[in-house]
Amino acid sequence: MPVNCSSCEERRAVLRRPKTGHSLCKDCFFHAFEEEIHHTIVSAKLFNPGEKVGIGASGGKDSTVLAHVLKVLNERYAYGLDLILVSVDEGISGYRDDSLETVKRNQQQYELPLKIVSYQELYGWTMDQIVKQVGLKNNCTFCGVFRRQALDRGAMMLGVNKICTGHNADDIAETVLMNFLRGDIARLRRCTSITTGSEGAIPRCKPLKYAYEKEIVLYAYFKKLDYFSTECIYSPNAYRGHARAFLKDLEAIRPSSIMDIIHSGENLSVKEDVRMPVQGTCTRCGYISSQSLCKACVLLEGLNRGLPKLGIGKHHKLHHKLLSQEPLSEQEERKLKAVDF
Amino acid sequence: MCEEEEVYCPELQDTTQGKSLGKTCMKCKESSAVLLIRAGDAFCKSCFKEYFVHKFRATLGKNRVIYPGEKVLLAFSGGPSSSAMVQQVQEGMSRDAPKKLRFVPGILFIDEGTTCGMSHEERQQNMSEVQNVLQQTGFPFYIVSLEQVFSLPGSILQRGVPEQRANYKQEVDRFMVQQQAQGETGCSDILENLAKLGVNVSESSRESDKMFQSTCRHPPDTHTQKLIQLFASAKTLTAKHQLLHTLRSHLILHIARTCGYSKVMSGESCTRLSVSLLSNISLGRGAFLPLDTGFCDSRYGDVDIIRPMREYSLKEIAFYNRLFHVSSVFIPALNTKVLENSSIQQLSEVFINRLQADFPSTVSTVYRTSEKLNVSKIDANQGTCAKERCLLCLSPLDTQVGEASAFHATQISHYISQKILMKFNDPANSSGKSCCQEGKCCKGPGYGDFCQPRALQAPSFVDMLCYGCRLTVKDLQSLDALPQYVLHEAEHRSRRIEMRKEIEEFLLDKDEENLH
Ligand SMILES: [Zn+2]
Ligand SMILES: [Zn+2]
Ligand SMILES: [Zn+2]
Ligand SMILES: [Zn+2]
Ligand SMILES: [Zn+2]
Repeated sequence: MPVNCSSCEERRAVLRRPKTGHSLCKDCFFHAFEEEIHHTIVSAKLFNPGEKVGIGASGGKDSTVLAHVLKVLNERYAYGLDLILVSVDEGISGYRDDSLETVKRNQQQYELPLKIVSYQELYGWTMDQIVKQVGLKNNCTFCGVFRRQALDRGAMMLGVNKICTGHNADDIAETVLMNFLRGDIARLRRCTSITTGSEGAIPRCKPLKYAYEKEIVLYAYFKKLDYFSTECIYSPNAYRGHARAFLKDLEAIRPSSIMDIIHSGENLSVKEDVRMPVQGTCTRCGYISSQSLCKACVLLEGLNRGLPKLGIGKHHKLHHKLLSQEPLSEQEERKLKAVDF
Repeated sequence: MCEEEEVYCPELQDTTQGKSLGKTCMKCKESSAVLLIRAGDAFCKSCFKEYFVHKFRATLGKNRVIYPGEKVLLAFSGGPSSSAMVQQVQEGMSRDAPKKLRFVPGILFIDEGTTCGMSHEERQQNMSEVQNVLQQTGFPFYIVSLEQVFSLPGSILQRGVPEQRANYKQEVDRFMVQQQAQGETGCSDILENLAKLGVNVSESSRESDKMFQSTCRHPPDTHTQKLIQLFASAKTLTAKHQLLHTLRSHLILHIARTCGYSKVMSGESCTRLSVSLLSNISLGRGAFLPLDTGFCDSRYGDVDIIRPMREYSLKEIAFYNRLFHVSSVFIPALNTKVLENSSIQQLSEVFINRLQADFPSTVSTVYRTSEKLNVSKIDANQGTCAKERCLLCLSPLDTQVGEASAFHATQISHYISQKILMKFNDPANSSGKSCCQEGKCCKGPGYGDFCQPRALQAPSFVDMLCYGCRLTVKDLQSLDALPQYVLHEAEHRSRRIEMRKEIEEFLLDKDEENLH
């Protein structure tokens, strides 16, 4: 039996909103989805008129929908933003080709400028070369760290004021759970903030923070947006995988769980006497880092010296040696060379 | 994973019925070990006991919240953890305890049989089993049926006034002097001493004992029917769990208040607490984790909830109970015999247990995370609403959050999905920057409701609840099935707020807590 849209009460509903359970027609859903993001942007004061805003574009559903909605809202509400797509080419043969094609198509469809930054150009190593050296088991450390910086470095080249990423409500709830389970208080405190980034770094924000992943897919589906599935091809870290599975089960029991967890995360507060790592900058590349060398520089150093394990474990004690280009002792070398697959 | 090893909640290697492991105890280096705590730490039976007892005393000792001579109510569920807790108190009161516990214990058991569909006979049987166990402790005890919530006063939902105490050391000194003055006879029973000091322990509690026992023996059928109706009106098992927890807390508070107990001991193990932490995060109760799971929960003002078992793992407790014959009573509960995906609480439990199997540091890591959390600063915020507390859980409200919040975003989503009070795509009233300022919202007139301070409208029942309790109430078919004391207090509060608004301009101290 056809159901009427609960918003306009005129047209036939075509979907049930995963977030609220309401049945909506296509137009009302588009409207609701876009307006909610607009509300997020305005209430959190994410942008100022005249800013140049980089959209981290992977070709995946989140960033594709983000680019589309930002373009729409920028026009509808005259934000006055200069939007630009920023894409990272990790150099994984076969894997990125399709997604980069998608990004290029998006660029044409939305008439947004696009900048592709490659690992080769930024680090001197492609992801394929890295995998060859470190093995499959550890490469996620590399792709996570390098990807974060790649976007920043690319954005810096373009003179961008802010970077937007496609993190959605599910991602954030999942991160709250994961940091909680891992006991990572510093990240737990930061992970629900909609804008991150300290002095010197380009601020990053998440306009889709309150958008459900399923609604993002629905939006892309009904808008016939072209996207490429870019789940990381390597297995995610164990805790994230568990947290994700748990979140899916929760959502099945109570759909509001995703927002409920974000609410929890936003209202947690940490005791004052808990030590927080001091944020500084990397002495080599200037990127924000709590150590004298940022994670990417340590990883790179490891790769360049043929000691891939350097960046994987905790080897802060060796940083001064790396900084002063001192050679490592034989024992230290042996410890860092072996990679277990 | 290179997580640090933790000592809080040792993972015990299960050995068969206390048989020797072929290792020597790492503590006394003499006796043969009967169990392993974590990797390698082997204990013999007597050293394990010493370790277990010491942990209990140390937990109480380092927190110093129980004053000598204070009446402490032990919440007993029949389960292993609260059984071990009662046993630890007995141990600490025994004549040969090295440093006797100096508080005055009583025990409370709440029969919740109705909520899981038990017959009258089954409940009677459980209660007489519980009675047998509790009688052996020699402590005064109360057995109360959950039905009694239908005769609670509305004042139960009001925060009490904390008793003024001198500092801990002064209190202890005073107590010692008094004891000496009474001509203390070496090892005389502490209860007798307290009776002499005018703390009329046995009689007063025996009287209230009778009172409660009589009501519990025959909870009026009408109350049983009401309770059944109330639980039937909850559409989800998740909400039933929360509802039960809420009602139970109110009843415990009521018994504690009427019988003069200023502390309640609750027996959650660290395993249990890790599960609660995770499920509470999932239930939107993140702001209250320190209250809901911390060592001392003082939200009620006059009665503090204390959790002295929070540093023991369930396995440790099970092992102790088996080795030292601590009997517990199995009582079916809401989650007995249901699928693991039936409620958020159940799901959290299964999840933590599985993760613990894969990563043995899970429970202790989660536990440590919670130790670093603080009751949210919402308490300290300015304005009158700062001191408003949730009608049901009495936590400081976590709903006075800004526009840019999950709470607000959810309201907007519900709003947009069902009304058409605004014109579509109307860029006219949208500067993109002036949203929600001065009552003018970028979303058109319809959004005004969200942008105006809520306090200006007469608060509805839901407005008096915290985020998490709203979720529970949303899952109820109607509010009518709730016990009268809840509805009365809601009305009462609503009247106070109305009144306050009328006279607001004449009040000099706007922050004064005068809402009740
Ligand atoms: Zn419609
Ligand atoms: Zn990866
Ligand atoms: Zn660096
Ligand atoms: Zn021993
Ligand atoms: Zn509440």
